[in-house]
Amino acid sequence: MSRKIYLDNASTTFVSGEVLSEMLPCFNALYGNSNSLHSYGRDAQAIVDRARDRIAHAINAKKSNEIYFTSGGTEADNWAIKGIAHAYASKGKHIITSSIEHHAVLDSCKALEKEGFEVTYLPVDKYGLVSVADVIHAIRKDTILVSIMAVNNEVGTIQNIKAIAKTAHDYGVIFHTDAVQAVGAFKIDVQDMEIDALSMSAHKIYGPKGIGALYVKDGILIENLLDGGTQERGKRGGTVNVPSVAGLGKAVEIACRDISINQQKLKAIRDYFIKSVNEKIEYVHINGHPQQKINGTVNMTFEMAEGESLLMLLDLDGIAVSTASACMSNAVTPSHVLKAMGLSDELAQSSIRFSFGKNISKNDIDYVVEMLAKNVARLRSISALTKAGRK
Amino acid sequence: MYNQTVMTKFLRPENAGALRGANAVGKAGNSSCGDVIKLYLLVDEEGVVEEAKFKTFGCPAAIACSDVACDLVRGLKIDEALDVSSREIFDELGGLEDSRVYCSVLAEDAIKLAVENYYKKKGKED
Repeated sequence: MSRKIYLDNASTTFVSGEVLSEMLPCFNALYGNSNSLHSYGRDAQAIVDRARDRIAHAINAKKSNEIYFTSGGTEADNWAIKGIAHAYASKGKHIITSSIEHHAVLDSCKALEKEGFEVTYLPVDKYGLVSVADVIHAIRKDTILVSIMAVNNEVGTIQNIKAIAKTAHDYGVIFHTDAVQAVGAFKIDVQDMEIDALSMSAHKIYGPKGIGALYVKDGILIENLLDGGTQERGKRGGTVNVPSVAGLGKAVEIACRDISINQQKLKAIRDYFIKSVNEKIEYVHINGHPQQKINGTVNMTFEMAEGESLLMLLDLDGIAVSTASACMSNAVTPSHVLKAMGLSDELAQSSIRFSFGKNISKNDIDYVVEMLAKNVARLRSISALTKAGRK
Repeated sequence: MYNQTVMTKFLRPENAGALRGANAVGKAGNSSCGDVIKLYLLVDEEGVVEEAKFKTFGCPAAIACSDVACDLVRGLKIDEALDVSSREIFDELGGLEDSRVYCSVLAEDAIKLAVENYYKKKGKED
């Protein structure tokens, strides 16, 4: 089987030609250290400055120097949570987040708990939505930070970020959002949405891996995660990864410029996919919010067919999908997101995430649905779970 | 993640499916991940496992372990089937990733539960 279809774009994407062209000169022609004073350094600094401007513009940050480059979304999340918590520890030691965050956020919170911070992990409804009322009820006198992801990576549900941010501010609490899956999916305006800190990553939007950024609103205090130099205005040590920064800047610029055209296409593909699956396969559920979700990600439960086996069979037919988030694929526990949404272990284990990219066609979808129907039927024929045993 | 033996057993399991006339069934489930192995045995009058089949809801390793479990118990006296261990299943597959070792334990459990089920049914007959 020579046909290859990649449906794991929420995990990572290819680097687009435009982004690559932006990066390539930085590897040899313009290889200076952006921290150096000489012309090589200044040329590199100009590239870094331009990338910073592009990102600031894309998310409507007031100033470019509110953007700090990091090694990716994970570092941005770690830095935001730990850095803000440490900076405000004298004011209070309580943090609010949700139970469906990426592990970069959850594990950062766990690390803080060991230091004596208290963390409230808010539940979600069956669509994966955090309730604003729950946020209000969880806020205490000693709450210093609320961190809620903009878009869930597994099911694509979009949170009511603006309302949650406003709520946090009503109580004088700082608001951070992990927007790794949101950039390019819809317009982000950090001023209008009242976001104090926001994490993003390049490799989900056709940029390179290993680079991301943290927006920190002017005036918000944050302690360093990485010490060791004057880079990023002394906030993040380490020689700046100029080629990747250039790539991130370009990737964010394109993603935000093309939101409308990309989303129109993704929505058409998504709707066609769901319609085709519903026509050809029985006992299928779609996880996530029915309307308030991004167009590129669809999470489906195929009852009685175990997800990892389905993933492997699809892979042999040239189709790449994912079960839970990829970094959890070695764990035997079902997705914490689907569990938080109330799915049983069996249903959570029978779920697959399809995330569409720029290059997908309806013809690809036809092939995917055909292979899905074939492989789901195959697994169901040898499954220990039966239609009679369905709850 | 999975070696060639596991993949082969997963893709072409020889013992998958229900077993007509089975007189013992063992169903083992893993509460933490939702995997379920159902083992069907046909035990003849001399107490020898004449045929073994499985139906499994689980990852490729769970399916491969189920398939191997059937091969290992076929032809054994029902008491001897109790000696088939997860280690044997593990070895037969040429090893499993740490995170999938539990699948071999689940298959061993299914065998033990099938034997138990056989005696329970037999006790009722006698």
